[in-house]
Amino acid sequence: MNAEVRPAVRLASSSVGVLAAMKGVFARDMRVAFRQRQDLLNPLLFFVMVVTLFPLGVSPEVSFLSEAGAGILWVAALLSVLLSLDHLFRHDFDDGTLEQLVLQPQPLFLLILAKTIAHWMLTGLPLVILTPVLGVMVHLDGNSIAILCLTLLIGTPVLSLIGAIGAALTLGLRSAGVLLSLLIIPLYIPVLIFGTGTVAAAAEGASVGAYLALMGAFLMLALTLAPFAAAAALKISLSNA
Amino acid sequence: MSEPLLQAVNLQCERDKRMLFRELSFSILPGTVTRVEGPNGSGKTTLLRILAGLNDAWTGELKWCGTPVASQREAFLRNMLYLGHRPGIKPLLTPTENLRALMAGRRPVADAALSQALQGTGLTGYENVPCRNLSAGQQRRVALARLLVADEPLWLLDEVFTAIDADGVKALEALLQQRAAEGGAVLVTTHHDLALPGMHRLTLGAGGAP
Repeated sequence: MNAEVRPAVRLASSSVGVLAAMKGVFARDMRVAFRQRQDLLNPLLFFVMVVTLFPLGVSPEVSFLSEAGAGILWVAALLSVLLSLDHLFRHDFDDGTLEQLVLQPQPLFLLILAKTIAHWMLTGLPLVILTPVLGVMVHLDGNSIAILCLTLLIGTPVLSLIGAIGAALTLGLRSAGVLLSLLIIPLYIPVLIFGTGTVAAAAEGASVGAYLALMGAFLMLALTLAPFAAAAALKISLSNA
Repeated sequence: MSEPLLQAVNLQCERDKRMLFRELSFSILPGTVTRVEGPNGSGKTTLLRILAGLNDAWTGELKWCGTPVASQREAFLRNMLYLGHRPGIKPLLTPTENLRALMAGRRPVADAALSQALQGTGLTGYENVPCRNLSAGQQRRVALARLLVADEPLWLLDEVFTAIDADGVKALEALLQQRAAEGGAVLVTTHHDLALPGMHRLTLGAGGAP
């Protein structure tokens, strides 16, 4: 191991900008995900299966489906995101890249925000893109589908952000799955209620502005607070490892 | 003597109701290699994780260049390089991608420097092979390639000699020594029989006070 390329020893005061660091984290997560495409399909497949099984298991009646459809899609999307959460930090924890992430001379919460955005683009966003197809399948009308997509577009990032807290907290545990769900589902309930409520209001012809504003508020709250909580939880989990 | 880079005062750590060490005080001076010694379970890894800021379950004081670490965390992290048991290598990424990702939050490194570092660790020809197809020793070498592009004055290296062949061990020993000659400080734990001229030793007891 020759060492010709090495710079001389001195105390460094500056590191790369935080945006470049976030970009680095985001780019690596995306690259890893696309090297393992079957893992990308899992949440999508789950989403499609749950929505397909409802008409078979309950009733294929148009009246039932068009009324319950938005709720079915929302619950399926919620569970699908929940299932993918354990992977958010687990692999990084196992191979040691999480330690190196925490040791970067950058604000940890912003790096975690970058990771969470990558997680959403890999799980939440594909669900939103698939929603119109499944919406047609459960006989939702065009307007409802548009509103449903909009609520999922605002709602799924909230699910990823809140989920990051739970995933970080349960990282040190061997069987984290059940505990993760128990911790996270109560926090998901408001998002679910307002998500489906918006579609129901739209179906009745009521104004959805207030609902959407509330969901936007959820998103802003999660964006500003969840990364801090997840960063703190991550430090605790690593400290106990 | 120059000012110590890192100073530990009265460190105490308890793990699973067992005292790993207490009243542990030492200074890490620039230009030194310090080997942390002790039997299995004596807290070598824990000590390094405490110094790196990965473990919070300790009392005492840690100073970086004379000022408490807690008050200047980012400045400390920028000047400290930690290599743990887990190499921090993504199995799905190539050595070049791994190295680039590890440097991304620290400072910009030219691709030429990265490939030169990989060549320096004997990974020529493997730059674009996913790391999961490499042997354990080669994966270790990817992590070690970081040392060749590192400008951090303080290195905390936990069991870096694991899975490295005889030639690699020799090269790494030479690198540590050269690093100390350049004015860097190295703290290393290893079960490999490391004896460098002028090496400091920090001995931890088995579960008792050192």
